[in-house]
Amino acid sequence: MEIIISALVVGGISAVLAAVLTVADALVNNYGEVNITVNESKSYKVKGGSTLLSTLAGEKIFIPSACGGKGSCGLCKVKVLSDIGPILPTELPYLSPKEKKDNIRLSCQVKVKGDVSIEIPEELFNIREYLSTVSSIEDVTHDIKELFFDFEEEIRFKAGQYVQLIVPGYGDIKGETMRAYSMSSQPSVKNGVELLVRLVPNGIVTTYVHKMLRVGDKIRILGPFGDFFLRETDSDIIFIAGGSGMAPIRSIVLDMMEKGVERNAYYFFGARSKRDLFYLEEMKEIESKMPNFHFIPALSDPLPEDGWEGEVGLITDVVDRYLAVQGDEASREGYLCGSPGMINACISVLKKHNVPEEKIYYDKFG
Amino acid sequence: MGVPLNPFVIMIAAALTSNMVLSNFLGMCSFISVSRDIKTANGLGMAVTFVLTLTSVLNYIVYYYILVPLNLVYLRYIVFIVVIAAFVQFLEMVIDRFSPALYINLGIFLPLITVNCAILGGVLFMIIREYNLIQSLFFGFGSGAGWWLAIVALSAMRMRLREKDLPPQLVGPGITMIIIGIMALAFMGFSGMLPVQ
Repeated sequence: MEIIISALVVGGISAVLAAVLTVADALVNNYGEVNITVNESKSYKVKGGSTLLSTLAGEKIFIPSACGGKGSCGLCKVKVLSDIGPILPTELPYLSPKEKKDNIRLSCQVKVKGDVSIEIPEELFNIREYLSTVSSIEDVTHDIKELFFDFEEEIRFKAGQYVQLIVPGYGDIKGETMRAYSMSSQPSVKNGVELLVRLVPNGIVTTYVHKMLRVGDKIRILGPFGDFFLRETDSDIIFIAGGSGMAPIRSIVLDMMEKGVERNAYYFFGARSKRDLFYLEEMKEIESKMPNFHFIPALSDPLPEDGWEGEVGLITDVVDRYLAVQGDEASREGYLCGSPGMINACISVLKKHNVPEEKIYYDKFG
Repeated sequence: MGVPLNPFVIMIAAALTSNMVLSNFLGMCSFISVSRDIKTANGLGMAVTFVLTLTSVLNYIVYYYILVPLNLVYLRYIVFIVVIAAFVQFLEMVIDRFSPALYINLGIFLPLITVNCAILGGVLFMIIREYNLIQSLFFGFGSGAGWWLAIVALSAMRMRLREKDLPPQLVGPGITMIIIGIMALAFMGFSGMLPVQ
């Protein structure tokens, strides 16, 4: 009897509180229909009261956000043109003085209470959630798999951009997990994306992809995101990548080949030993078709049985040697992709060879 | 129930002699983490005071008019937490709607408070010490005000320390803990002032 009463009381109190909150939500939190104007061209009629980030997601406009709207990553910045009140203390740590002046706001913290006008990069309109089917899985090295995901609708992206793979919960992992992977396919392939996934020990998504994902499985993909793409200049290009950092560079190189870009390009690819190298044949073939493209693979610890005759040494040393031989007169741009440690080391090498920091673009694979 | 104590005495005692954070060490986590800047510390202090005052009264009603008559006192922890959580949610909505200025200063800290142990601690003290409704109201306000005073004082000191040369080992949490210890000692000095807990 006592158990029933206690259950009823706790249940009753919770129910009353829930009812009060629901009623309050409907009455107090009701801002009616409001208009969101994006880039002064598109207008959406939406229900007010939620954050700008989730309201836009409801209209299929996905602002990049790594933390999912908790206000801890600072990625979901948008420019707000209308007056929506002062900057909140939760936004302050993520905004530079210039951004504050330009009225850049964190869309996950700003609530839509009235008509709002915002400005976002046009590319964001392309971001969508795609339902894909895994159509091929291949091992390219002992720990990297190449996967192709078929889309039902076409995807438009710039070579070098990335998508987020949404993996369902499995085993002890509750809920969905999202991780970013760069496309290794070129933008002219529109019916899907090819990704390179390296097995990270204890990685949630990489373990799922390597151990559980099978051809024919359905998987949700969000994208494309990112500002790692080839800038249109005449400078020489220095690509540096390691491991699955191959993906965005390959996409850019294939795109260059298709578009007939004839800029000087040097692609340094670092690996430990021969078993970590892949796409060698393909890169050689591209080299033969593109006279100004040079592929320089380098091994840091070649094994005796590798019979390696190419460059040996850390990728930073190899790049250093090459650039020293060329001299530092030519104007250069750096495109780096790999682990944060490798990228930081390469940035200092490039700076040493007169590549200005603002011309070094990189995609850190955390 | 009802100790014949002047509510004002209870309020002063709660704020100074048995300060929530410096004598009872409740609400430590936000006390340390949100005290880097005096403005945000002030906002959080305000929010804690506000919520403590109102939840004390609300939980008083729930406890003495629902739980005690039904003999369900043992459920108090879970019920108090639920009431606090719901109330904070409600408050956030109302403030957001009707006072944007207040929301900016106070509202965004409200979700942080739901799990602040000072709030639950205040409510539990009120029950254990058998205060009546008026006493609870003053006690809640006093505890909140004491917490507010402490966090503003701490953040002011931390802001001053920022420009000072410290031994590198002490920078950050180290010196903060030392300051809190000294503050607690100083607050102990109040204890002779009032003969109540």
